Amino acid sequence: MSRDEMSALQGKRLHKIVEYVYHNVPFYRHKLQEMDIRPDDIQTIEDIRKLPFTTKKDLRDNYPFGLQAAPQSEIIRVHASSGTTGNPTIVGYTRKDIGVWSECMARCLTAYGITRDDTFSVAYGYGLFTGGLGAHYGVEHLGASVIPAGTGNTEKHLKLIRDLGITGIACTPSYALYLAETMETMGIKKEDLKLRAGAFGAEPWTESMRKEIEDRLGLKGYNLYGLSEIMGPCVSYECQEQDGSHICEDHFYPEVINPVTLESLPNGQTGELVFTTLTKEGMPLLRYRTRDLCSLMPGQCGCGRTSIRMSRIEGRSDDMLIIRGINVFPSQVESVVLSMPEFAPRYMLVVDRVNNLDTLQVQVELRQEYFTATFDTPAAINELEKRLASKLKSVLSISAKVQLKAPGTIERSQGKSAHIIDKRKL
Amino acid sequence: MTIHQLSVFLENTTGTLVQVLRQLKKANVQLVAITIADTAEYGILRIVCAEPLRACEVLKEAGIAVAISDVFALELDNKPGCASDVIDLFSQAGISIAYVYTFLYGGKGILVFRTDNTELARKTIAENNLPFIAEDALAQWK
Repeated sequence: MSRDEMSALQGKRLHKIVEYVYHNVPFYRHKLQEMDIRPDDIQTIEDIRKLPFTTKKDLRDNYPFGLQAAPQSEIIRVHASSGTTGNPTIVGYTRKDIGVWSECMARCLTAYGITRDDTFSVAYGYGLFTGGLGAHYGVEHLGASVIPAGTGNTEKHLKLIRDLGITGIACTPSYALYLAETMETMGIKKEDLKLRAGAFGAEPWTESMRKEIEDRLGLKGYNLYGLSEIMGPCVSYECQEQDGSHICEDHFYPEVINPVTLESLPNGQTGELVFTTLTKEGMPLLRYRTRDLCSLMPGQCGCGRTSIRMSRIEGRSDDMLIIRGINVFPSQVESVVLSMPEFAPRYMLVVDRVNNLDTLQVQVELRQEYFTATFDTPAAINELEKRLASKLKSVLSISAKVQLKAPGTIERSQGKSAHIIDKRKL
Repeated sequence: MTIHQLSVFLENTTGTLVQVLRQLKKANVQLVAITIADTAEYGILRIVCAEPLRACEVLKEAGIAVAISDVFALELDNKPGCASDVIDLFSQAGISIAYVYTFLYGGKGILVFRTDNTELARKTIAENNLPFIAEDALAQWK
C-alpha cells in the first residue's frame, strides 16, 4: 500500500472512530464538546492534532468500564493490566477486536519468518496479562502449532522445546535469558534445539541483550511491542532487518510528542509515543499516551514493507529517574552491565536520599564462571567494582555506588522486570 | 609445593556463611582452617580442607561463586619469632605477600600465604629448605 493510500485509509477510519466514541463514550463526548469539536471536524489524519489526549489516569478515574464503547453484550473477553498504583486498567474486547488482534499478531509472526509449518511456544503469562492469550491467538490464526507453555516450570518447558523441535518462542527478554541459564544447568546445548525465532517484548531491552540471547539460545531475536490499553502484543514488530519495529498503522495510529509541552514532534525525534486505535470497538482510545519514549522512522524498510517504524524504546517517561537533577534510564545501566562479562544480565537500581542528596546504588550479580582465583582478595573485587562504577559514571553522568551480589541473588522476573527501588520520600 | 585453597565470595548478610558450610557438611568435607577477609558489604571466605577439588565442585553445583587459589603452607617451629624469620626470607627476596593466616595442626603452627610471585617463592622455599605442606598431605586430614 502506498503512503497516500495509507493516509487516506487512516483519515477515513479516524473520522469513523471519533464519531463512534462521540456517540458511545460520555467521557469523550464531554471532552470534545468542551473543546468545541464535532466528529465532522475530523476528516483527514492530520486533523488528529485537534483531538484531546487520553492518559492512564483517565482509565483509572473511569474504572472499570467508563471508557468502554461497546455494550457489555458485545464484549467477549476482558483483560486487566497490572495496576502498580490504584485500580488496574480493564480492557474489554469485542469479537471483531479479537479478530483484528489475532490478525495483527499473525503479521508479526510472519515477519519473524514463522509459517504454518512451525511449532511455536508462547511463554508469556496466560491470564489477565495480554501477553499469553494475545500471542496464542496470533499463532493459531497463522496456522502454526501453538504450545501454550506459559511461565514457570522452565525445565519441563525446555525439555519440550528440545523434544518437540519447537522452532519459535514468545516471552520476555529476561525470561529468555533465564531459559538460557536453566538450559546450561540442565546440560542442554543450543545445538540440541531447533529454535529459530524469538518474539521478545513486554519490557524494554537493549541491543546487547539481544546479542546475548541470540548467542545463548541460537536463534534470531525480534522485538514484539504492544500494550493492553491499545490491544496487547501485536502493535509493532521487527522484520528480518531488525531495524526498527513496523507499526500496524492501519489499526493503531502513532504519534510522538514532547511529554512536557504535548507538542507533536517530527519523525526521527525522540519523545513520548501516542497511539489512537483506528478500528477498535470494545475500548477505543484517542491519542493514548503510552509513556514509552522512542522515535518514528519513516521510509521504506529493507524488507520492502512501507509501514512506519518505531525505534527501540529508550525508556519510559515515568520510569525515568531524576537523580540529582539528571535523567537516568534503567536501560542505560543495563547496557553497561551487559558490556562486562563478569556480571550476570540482571541489576537493581536503589535510589535513596541521604542528607538531602540523592544516592544511586547499582546492584549487580557476579557471574559464577567469572569468579576465578584472581578475585581471592577484597582488593581485586574492589577493582572490579571500580571499573563498573567508572563506566556507569561516563554513561549516566552521575556517580553510582556499585554493590556486588552473589550469583543468583537478584530476583529473576518472569513478567515485566522490576529494576528500581526508589526509597526517596518526596 | 602449593596447596589448593577455596576462595568463596560471600555477601555480608546473615546466613551466607552457614549456607556454604552446610553444603560442605552435606558432602562430608573435612575442614582444616577457615578465615574471612571482609569489607563492609562482602567478604572472601578462605577454606583449607581435605579434598579441595571435590569441595569446589560441590559449591559450584550449589551456585556459589568459588575459585581455587594456590597458596603456600609452611610448618613453623613453635617458638617466638619463628613467623618473623620466615616472612623475612620472602621479604628479602623481594616477594610481596597478598594475604597470610595461620592455624595449628597436630601441635604444629601452619603459616598459609599467597604471593604474586609464585616462582620466586618456590625458589626461596627450596633454597632455605623450609618445611612445606604438599597437596597430597591434605588428603590425610580426611
